[in-house]
Amino acid sequence: MATSSERSPPPFPDSEDQELEPEEVRDQDSDDGGDIFLGAVSICLEAFSSPVMDVFGELPRNLSSAPVMDILTEPASKTSTAPMEDSISKPSSTSVVDILCEPSSDNVKEPEPDIIDPLADMINNAPVRDARAPIAAVTKEPTRDLFDDEPSDLFAEPRPSKTIKQPQTSTDIFGEEAVTTVPSAVKRTIPINSKTNGVHSDEEADIFAEATVELSLDSPRNDRKRKEAAKPTASAPSVTASVSKPQPPTLEEREQKCEGDLTKPVNVFHSTGDGMNAYMAYKVSTQTTLPMFRSKMFTVRRRFSDFLGLYEKLLDKHAQSGYIVPPPPEKSIMGMTKVKVGKEDNSSAEFVEKRRAALERYLQRVVCHPSLLQDPDVREFLERDDMPRAHSTQALSGAGFLKMINRATDAVSKMTIKMNESDVWFEDKLLEVEAEDQQLRKLHIMVESLVGHRKELSVNTAGFAKSVAMLGSSEDNTALSRALSQLAEVEDKMEQLHQDQAASDSFCLAELLADYIRLLGSVRASFDQRMKTWQRWQDAQNMLQKKRETEAKLLWANKPDKLQQAKDEITEWEAKVTQYEKDFDRVSSTVRKEVLRFEKEKARDFKKQIIKYLESLLQSQQQVEFWTLPQAKTGPVLA
Amino acid sequence: MMEEDREGLLRVSAHTIRVTEAVRDGDSLTFIVISQKLSGSGEYHVARTHEDFEWLQQCLFSQEEVPGVLGVIFPPLPAKPHLNASTKVLKQLGFLVMGKEWCTYCKALEIYLQQVAANTRLNKNKCLENFLTSSDAPGQQRVRKSIFNRLSQAVEGLRKEGHKDVDDFFQTERDNNFTLTGCSKSATERFLDVVLTEQKLAVACGHLSTCLHLCVEQRDDGTAQAFSQICVKLSEVVDLMKKNFENVAENNLSTLGLGLDLETRYQEAKKEMLYRRTCKLVELETASKNAERAKPIRKAAMDDLKMKSEKEFDQISGVAKQEIARFHSVHVKLLHQALILWCEKQLETAKETSASYSQHLQAFKDLGE
Repeated sequence: MATSSERSPPPFPDSEDQELEPEEVRDQDSDDGGDIFLGAVSICLEAFSSPVMDVFGELPRNLSSAPVMDILTEPASKTSTAPMEDSISKPSSTSVVDILCEPSSDNVKEPEPDIIDPLADMINNAPVRDARAPIAAVTKEPTRDLFDDEPSDLFAEPRPSKTIKQPQTSTDIFGEEAVTTVPSAVKRTIPINSKTNGVHSDEEADIFAEATVELSLDSPRNDRKRKEAAKPTASAPSVTASVSKPQPPTLEEREQKCEGDLTKPVNVFHSTGDGMNAYMAYKVSTQTTLPMFRSKMFTVRRRFSDFLGLYEKLLDKHAQSGYIVPPPPEKSIMGMTKVKVGKEDNSSAEFVEKRRAALERYLQRVVCHPSLLQDPDVREFLERDDMPRAHSTQALSGAGFLKMINRATDAVSKMTIKMNESDVWFEDKLLEVEAEDQQLRKLHIMVESLVGHRKELSVNTAGFAKSVAMLGSSEDNTALSRALSQLAEVEDKMEQLHQDQAASDSFCLAELLADYIRLLGSVRASFDQRMKTWQRWQDAQNMLQKKRETEAKLLWANKPDKLQQAKDEITEWEAKVTQYEKDFDRVSSTVRKEVLRFEKEKARDFKKQIIKYLESLLQSQQQVEFWTLPQAKTGPVLA
Repeated sequence: MMEEDREGLLRVSAHTIRVTEAVRDGDSLTFIVISQKLSGSGEYHVARTHEDFEWLQQCLFSQEEVPGVLGVIFPPLPAKPHLNASTKVLKQLGFLVMGKEWCTYCKALEIYLQQVAANTRLNKNKCLENFLTSSDAPGQQRVRKSIFNRLSQAVEGLRKEGHKDVDDFFQTERDNNFTLTGCSKSATERFLDVVLTEQKLAVACGHLSTCLHLCVEQRDDGTAQAFSQICVKLSEVVDLMKKNFENVAENNLSTLGLGLDLETRYQEAKKEMLYRRTCKLVELETASKNAERAKPIRKAAMDDLKMKSEKEFDQISGVAKQEIARFHSVHVKLLHQALILWCEKQLETAKETSASYSQHLQAFKDLGE
């Protein structure tokens, strides 16, 4: 496996390289990973510098981690649902815990069937999370009921590929719940392929009476069907006026989500000096039952550049086959600088949290992808304790420049390649992708402006609360004074609420849109790859043509010595042409499959996120009601 | 005529005065003032412009015959509503111009009239009666010179605000009033900011919702449909958010905004009254000093002046005390009412929005199941 991060991808890899990968890929495609994976891989991502055990020491995060240990006993592994952003992840990750210890937030239920994502949890213990935790009035009982049901359901879930069983976690955490044995893990070993989709979903539906299915997909289509089948049942118990029961996926998710601390930057001594060399280390915790990993649960520490390095490697290896490689979050000089400089304000905490969540989602997408998971690089990333620094991701390195040059060449060649599109599907798809990109960008801008306004509202509300408090204290009439003070308190709470809502807007919607804008970029890249393959094929054909002409000329000129060589060359090129044509077909079909998968994932992802968002909206609205009520009641007293 | 003989008792009952609509008439607004006859046998409907209101205010100011009129806290008249004014001018008017179709402004005028009619020292004025009942616009009549002009000339150039009072009660009042004026003004301004931001948010939500609508895809297959549905549903929710913000802003400004604005203006009116009294106090003290230092020739005249000043001052103080007592209860009542109304309306809006959100959430979850 090519692990060197220095390697820059040759535009057209040699045919030898091609041989290996297509086979691998083909195998994977046919099995749908059914044979290979007997369990799920769950990844927890923590932004942490202390060892994992420390994390466990803290409530409520502890609880979220604790179950992890217990899970080891289960054959199933848990895939975390896409960790949602800050406000959401915290509740969800601590949902189990929270349920036990304190009223958990409604958000717990939010990370709805996260079917899509595999596992990347990031543990981020930033206190910021506390501040942002939505106030929720979730009772413990309902969740407990869920837990009772979940475990069995969850266990039933484990798919050969990566499914995560969250409920397990919950049971573990609660102690009271009996840990149900995995019913038919056997079920999971059934290779899942499209044909059994229908059957599978039925089974799933039966198994999870209430489970919100958060299965990760081993085969994208399968997962989706399963999810959808299980969803209706799941949604029934989950919707109550103000209380949301944590769904199993939530638990899973929570489990997957590791909360990390705002890590005290570890100083790495570079030649450039101290303060600015601090970097953020993220803890990546994985739980898995897949045999290809060395152990069932492991944690490693990674830097942001490591993530970028992984992406580069995956891109090198797989992009040419037409796979859509999920992109990591972007580098941000401003953001990291602020953190390094040690600014203690909200923006840097927010930045770290956003990044952590984005990295988690990134890893989950990678692991979700059946073919990418097979890549040894991914495994190494998740497992290996000590990774070489990915220097090629630095902007100003030699590799960086090389990349820039390659990109420029690609851009130029893209413009010059006129593809004879035989399959109109691709043409249409490309247009759609581009239109969608535009739309998403516009939406993103709007959501960002909404977030900005909300923040402004929160600030203004705070100012108003203060002035009302002053007015109340200067007022003579005691009753009026008291009423005004109450008003000030209510407004204070509203301010916090607006802030939370702004965070939710931002994390739920804005990040989602940003992710997909980046993903669409990857989709476009896969289309480009296809075009390149086609070009190569065409070039080979042209070359073959030329060789044939040479041969004809030689025949005519009657030079038998060179003739043999010409014939050899022709054979060689004929083989190449056939090869390239096959490649092209293969890449085309891969791209097509990938695009379909992407679209399904997109629909699912959006739906999940939006449900989360709506739930948080509903919750804040109910809070408003709740707070305004007492105010109205003081009215009669004054009269 | 009978009405005039009756000691100028108002023919209408104070609390039934309503200012209903504002009809836009070119560049000016005309308000319909409705009041119930005291005898209970009908209503008076008159149309008045802001000039008419100003005329009334001037009339009230120029009541020289009422003893201690300077001690009256005159209900504050809202400033002239400029229809095509710049944003700066509009901002000064604050909440009053922001309501839908001037209804907040009308309410402010209504409260003004009610307060005038309820004040026993003011409601005997024929002008008020005229204003409320006569079908002719009284604004054209000449107004007697306001007594305030005289006063301001007299104390021109002297800083009176800080002048120490002889009476503890009044000194405390002045201090309190000073604080309160500042506080209520700042509270009103902050609240104005809040409401403006809410309106901005509503607009932003509107944009987002439109944008989402445009995301609907044309294709027919399942996934595209699913995505389109998601977008459409989300756009509906965002629309809801927009309406919510609009309602919240509207509630805010029509209840608490109005209340705070009124409070501010009332505190300022009280401040003016106290100021007038302080000026009189200064005048009295000056007169006393003059009387003491006067040469015998002028002593009698000075003494007279001093007595007159003293008498006026005492009258003012007496009236002021009563007015202040009344003011306390009135302004508390007004602000309190505003608060209650605010709570009720916001609660109602919040409940509605919660219900709608719930519905949409459920619909969303059922999507594509």
